[in-house]
Amino acid sequence: MKRKYSPARLRDAGQGYLFMSPALFVLLLFVIGPILYAIFLSFNDVQLLGGTSYKFVAFENFAKILDDTRAKIALWNTFKYVVIVVPCQTILALILAATLNAGLKGEKLFRIIYFLPTLTSSAVLTLIFMWMYNQNGLINNLLSMIGLPTYNWMGDPAVALNAIMIMNIWSTAPFFMVIYLAALQDVPDSLYEAAELDGAGPIKKFWYITVPNLRPVTSFVVIMGIIGTFQLFDQSYIFSGGSGGPNNSTLTVVLLIYQYAFKNFGTMGYAAALAFALALVILVATLLQRKFSKEESLY
Amino acid sequence: MKKRSVGRNILYVILVGYAIITLIPFLWALSSSFKTLEEIVSGSMNFIPKDFTFDNYKTIFIEQELFPRWLFNSVFIASVATALNLIFNSMAGYALARLSFPGKNALFVIILAVLMIPAQVTMIPNYLILKELGWLNSYQGMIAPSMINATFIFMMRQFFINFPKELEEAALIDGLNRFGIFFKVVLPLARPALAAQTIFVFMGIWNDFMRPLIVLSDPNLYTLPLGLNTFKGQYISYWNYIMAASMIFTLPVLLIYAFFNKYFIKGISFTGGK
Repeated sequence: MKRKYSPARLRDAGQGYLFMSPALFVLLLFVIGPILYAIFLSFNDVQLLGGTSYKFVAFENFAKILDDTRAKIALWNTFKYVVIVVPCQTILALILAATLNAGLKGEKLFRIIYFLPTLTSSAVLTLIFMWMYNQNGLINNLLSMIGLPTYNWMGDPAVALNAIMIMNIWSTAPFFMVIYLAALQDVPDSLYEAAELDGAGPIKKFWYITVPNLRPVTSFVVIMGIIGTFQLFDQSYIFSGGSGGPNNSTLTVVLLIYQYAFKNFGTMGYAAALAFALALVILVATLLQRKFSKEESLY
Repeated sequence: MKKRSVGRNILYVILVGYAIITLIPFLWALSSSFKTLEEIVSGSMNFIPKDFTFDNYKTIFIEQELFPRWLFNSVFIASVATALNLIFNSMAGYALARLSFPGKNALFVIILAVLMIPAQVTMIPNYLILKELGWLNSYQGMIAPSMINATFIFMMRQFFINFPKELEEAALIDGLNRFGIFFKVVLPLARPALAAQTIFVFMGIWNDFMRPLIVLSDPNLYTLPLGLNTFKGQYISYWNYIMAASMIFTLPVLLIYAFFNKYFIKGISFTGGK
């Protein structure tokens, strides 16, 4: 055992803190400090006129959430969005990964193509889709060409959120596909060979070997999906010009937090309370998902 | 054997079909960026422009004099922040993997916990802090909060834990101190991890919409995502201009991707919790 304060140990500790110092600085000033500050804000009325002033209101901000119709609409929209987008993007990612992993020619090229949406910024993707969703735009033209009904994608409250869902399933699935692809490398070939000897076809092999073996990764993908989808903001902001319209149909929780914090006056404390409520919802959703996936786990 | 090839054909149909679904929006945007406004307004549905023109690109750079500025702001902020991330995340990851100091484990747990906090919780206080510092509408207000990234501190720690100690010991005997070892021996050998980090951090900052939206209100300092959004408001039915600007915005990320492509999958499996 070394002495507690030997010069070598002290030097080591000093070097350790020196190496950590930039990270510590940013963590304290822009992450941990702000979390504590956010707790404080959520219990106060915050006024930004001139300087910043606070008035302690205890749980009033949190109680207000229950009476806020727009908060309920935003939560409902976000919930619908999560429940539809997460399963769709996960299944699509899994199918694409399994197909890409089948050892066909041109795999690399397909992988590069599929990855384009992941590279492209949400702002650009949203603008491209708005251009295609135009009343006389590409999508409506394609739909009418094959005899399907056309929609007023951006103006009709009944379909506006669906338009964002379609776009986001399309743009996030490839990212999760790559995670699946990496995981597929670890599924032992011997399992497939054994199944083949037993006469299993490709669909059976996919369903009885690939899917169960990927369950831990699926769990990860679903959790990441839940966390990501609950935080939907850019797309609905750009899509609706920041309003969440038409008729609140694309209003998400984060967009509402943004509006209360930076567009309305005197509701910053309330916005902080909403942000905590969102964090709590995300936490509960991920814990629930974890619990379910553990129960049916293979191992 | 025949059955097999039927199966293969089905797989090809899926692959090609999905490739088309992926490409159509990009090709449509690209083709629109080379079309004249007349052609756009007439609602033509052809992917190859009738009158191929570069005017849209010329217009956004000449008439919208802020556009080059936005491009510069984006390049500047993303490059500086990425460079700082590479150094600082690696330093922190190295300390957590290799050096011993009191509170190390607690710090590591805090960094992991930070990963779970949604950005919306810190977004409002961060705005107030930047306001107090007088850093709203400034490059440092954009760069300082994003110059480290907990995900990549974690990734670098995992990387350095598996890094052969012998190399460092040899360097120590050769008379290098800790910083010398880190910058001259360890970092150059961490190139694959750094490459993966470069793509993800650069992309994240380049494409970020929410932070600039909150921190920047002076159009001169806008980054491209914000600029593009106001651009859309201003040229609401000039989709030819909007698409041209979108294409310019996408190009740098594509170049970085092409350059670092081989590290890409590796990076995702690093960050993908595997």
